[in-house]
Amino acid sequence: MTSTAAAPRRRVRRWGDLPVAAVFIAPAALGFLAFYLVPALRGIWFSLTDQNLVGSGTFIGTANYQEMFADPLFWNALRVTAWYVVINIGVQTVLAVGIAVLMHRLTRSALVRGIILLPYLVANVVVALVWFWMMDYSTGFINVALDWVGLDRVAFFGNEALAIPTIALINVWRYVGYTALLVFAGLQTIPGQLYEAAALDGASEPRMFWSITLPLLRPVLALVLVITVVGSFQIFDTVAVTTEGGPIDSTRVIYYYIYQQAFERFDLGYASAMSVFLLVALAVVAYFQLKIMRSNQSDLA
Amino acid sequence: MTTITTRDDDVAAGTRATDREVPRRRSRRRRPSGGRVLAWAALAVLLLVTLFPFYWMLRTALSTNTALYGSPGSLLPVELTWGAFERVLGTATPQEAAAEGGTTGSIDFWLYLRNSVVVATAITLGQVFFSSLAAYAFARLRWPGRDAVFFLFLTALMIPPIFVQLPNFILVRDLGLLNTLTGIVLPFFFMTPFAVFFMRQFFLGISREVEESARIDGAGHGRIFFQIILPMSSTPLFTLGLLTYVTAWGEYFWPLLVGRADESRVLTVALGIFRSQTPQTGPDWAGLMAGTLIAALPVFVLFVVFGRKLIDNLGYSGIK
Repeated sequence: MTSTAAAPRRRVRRWGDLPVAAVFIAPAALGFLAFYLVPALRGIWFSLTDQNLVGSGTFIGTANYQEMFADPLFWNALRVTAWYVVINIGVQTVLAVGIAVLMHRLTRSALVRGIILLPYLVANVVVALVWFWMMDYSTGFINVALDWVGLDRVAFFGNEALAIPTIALINVWRYVGYTALLVFAGLQTIPGQLYEAAALDGASEPRMFWSITLPLLRPVLALVLVITVVGSFQIFDTVAVTTEGGPIDSTRVIYYYIYQQAFERFDLGYASAMSVFLLVALAVVAYFQLKIMRSNQSDLA
Repeated sequence: MTTITTRDDDVAAGTRATDREVPRRRSRRRRPSGGRVLAWAALAVLLLVTLFPFYWMLRTALSTNTALYGSPGSLLPVELTWGAFERVLGTATPQEAAAEGGTTGSIDFWLYLRNSVVVATAITLGQVFFSSLAAYAFARLRWPGRDAVFFLFLTALMIPPIFVQLPNFILVRDLGLLNTLTGIVLPFFFMTPFAVFFMRQFFLGISREVEESARIDGAGHGRIFFQIILPMSSTPLFTLGLLTYVTAWGEYFWPLLVGRADESRVLTVALGIFRSQTPQTGPDWAGLMAGTLIAALPVFVLFVVFGRKLIDNLGYSGIK
């Protein structure tokens, strides 16, 4: 009796809750395998083939990558995307910190926070269409308002130099409230005593912001930045419903170019090679971001 | 906790306490009231910029399209009418539509609306439930390889979706699910790394004693999960559910790839097509804005009902 009971108990210790865990994790593991892990490996394989939309591809070595590095439109797409990310993330981060500090200082009203979050709840496509309409050259409200104050009308989407900044700012409008609330949550972890002590020492508000708020916010900011930068590289929806890459390739961002190669020119192999490149580029960006911002260390400790 | 009030006290006491504290805090910091007025003004401008586009959608949707071109600067609807909504929802006759300068082509908005509701609801229910199950196994069960598997799940957070969506398109094609709602739902149905991560963070914070007392009473992990853990987790479940719904509702790229055909078209894709089909000269802006408003409406309703929970718990998602 004792010998038979001892064996299973040892096995229990070795395998722990594995049988139960296997049941709990089975659906998610299936989803992960079928729609993340296997596709990731397949994506790398596709990038080495001439895969199209209807059939299956044959191995062509690194031809797609050679084509990619020689393709001026690919480099253009990277340049345009980088420009978009710089404007989008730069403006959004500064504004979000400003808004969060403003809310933190002025009001804890749930209504204010709710309104700030509102644009985030609306689909990208809807946001893009509303601003596309408001910025319409002849009848859009913003151009009419520019008329009122005596300024020239602006072809926001028709001007090569302005199209990317315009799209970047539209998406700032959509995401800045969400980002601000994340920063706001971070602000609430900063102990109030620090500000008390600083105030007793006669520190000014700007001084407190630079010496207390910003350094202590760094871990939160680092995570928020990694998430928003990765997200920002995925700009597609706004371009797809407004400029469709134009004028003259000035908004043909990398996501849109990959989409066009795969679904308009049916070159899934080439599109896969570019998305492998995007994956590697994003991993490198995220790695250096985390390294520079030392996000895992807090100054509070 | 004496006479010195900290910011943390403000958090606990809520808005009313903040109002009371304002004069004291100001004198303590010797801030000029001018700065505070300026800050309030900045907040007011911010709220105006946030809300104005929503108002402009409504104002445009309630105007006739012909009148819009005549008075583009009018802050109120011009020739107030429900015509644009009737056009979009298919209750207007072609003659009525033409009279207001709208498109006369038929758009099956009800079908797209239904598709969007089905897709977003199915994704939310499946993803939140299955991700919670997995998160519980990662947070509370002991099994070999657990941390390695979790790390593998996490790496998927950093993958740009397009990288797996191209092969997923081929997979859905091979399964014969192109242009079906199932094909749109499937990749998001079982998990997303974010959902698993989000729920795991919450489960990690639950006291072990809760489970241990239940185990002493002879409850298995299934019963503990369904009868104790899930009911305790209603707040993060709602937060995650709402975020998932909003994301699924607004998804454009994937349904554009696999659900372009009429019968499986969701609202976002329909709006994109509606926009690209309108002529460059004189698009039906009133109709388009009516469509966007209808597309935004369900999320607004959810937000009014559950929004407070979302706002109060957003910290979970970002701060990790």
